[in-house]
Amino acid sequence: MKNEWPLWEVFIRGQHGLSHRHVGSLHAPDADMAIKNARDVYTRRNEGVSIWVVEARHIAATAPGDKGPLFEPSESKVYRHPTFFDIPEDVGHM
Amino acid sequence: MTRDEALFQFLLRMGDNTLILGHRVSEWCGHAPVLEEDIALANTALDLIGQTQFWLGLAGEVEGQGRSADDLAFLRDAWDFRNLLLVELPNGDFGQTLMRQFLFDAFQSVLLGRLMTSSDARVAEIAAKASKEVAYHVERSADTVVGLGDGTAESHARMQAALNYLWPYVGEMFLGDAVDAAMAEAGIAPDPASLRADFNALVERVLSEATLGIPKGEFAHKGGRNGYMHTEHLGHLLATMQWLQRAYPGASW
Repeated sequence: MKNEWPLWEVFIRGQHGLSHRHVGSLHAPDADMAIKNARDVYTRRNEGVSIWVVEARHIAATAPGDKGPLFEPSESKVYRHPTFFDIPEDVGHM
Repeated sequence: MTRDEALFQFLLRMGDNTLILGHRVSEWCGHAPVLEEDIALANTALDLIGQTQFWLGLAGEVEGQGRSADDLAFLRDAWDFRNLLLVELPNGDFGQTLMRQFLFDAFQSVLLGRLMTSSDARVAEIAAKASKEVAYHVERSADTVVGLGDGTAESHARMQAALNYLWPYVGEMFLGDAVDAAMAEAGIAPDPASLRADFNALVERVLSEATLGIPKGEFAHKGGRNGYMHTEHLGHLLATMQWLQRAYPGASW
């Protein structure tokens, strides 16, 4: 396993997208080749105008086991959704 | 030789280089050492075959005999091909394929840069379109040559062996003849010898970064771009590439 290239997560800004979206992952020896590989693997059908790559080990993530304490408390707090306000029609779509 | 006859030969050289190299690179599809490189090589092969459609399409138009790009690609025999010997050589290992790719990309990037100011607007237009793809090809192949050349003892040795094997095929790129003289006089394409300085600068920079030594000696295998004598490898390649059109003439899907 020591000879394996590190894993990189790939984020691509689409043609009309506003932000970079996670599209997948790949292996590469360094950041420069990771971007090239991402270009070849994930943008061959004209999907993007910008690529970010980050080595997977640099991403800190929530643990699946913490799902309860982290996310469940917000389930019962409907008042946090801004659905109780009357939006003037002039505002249009929000 | 009229100007159009010379232009036809020049266009065959352009189109046959990209066709034969494109086919060679496509042979890696499904066989590359890692998935990422497999897809990258397939992309390169498709780019080259796409460029072939433009060069051979225009060649057929200039020839005026009603031959399409497909006719020229699939219905000529080895002696009518005008590609550099370099591009018909077998793939060898991954390192040899990438070294061949880098040497060709370096040449092609310099050549296309000049062709973008061709006096023939059709040539200039194809060159402009292809040069974007080739700019990426040369960046990628150069990076890989540096990565493997300046890599482990094993990868360094393989890259040096690849360079030693391929270098004698580089000289043919710069050997001009009557076709080139006619193209240069018409302002359509540069004299190949005039590309050597830029090519050397690029190749020497990358190979020195890759800690690889350019072999001594000026000997150059030749006979590809003028069709005088191809290597024995071209016929085998054509047999694979052309068999369907030969066995089932006019087949399409």
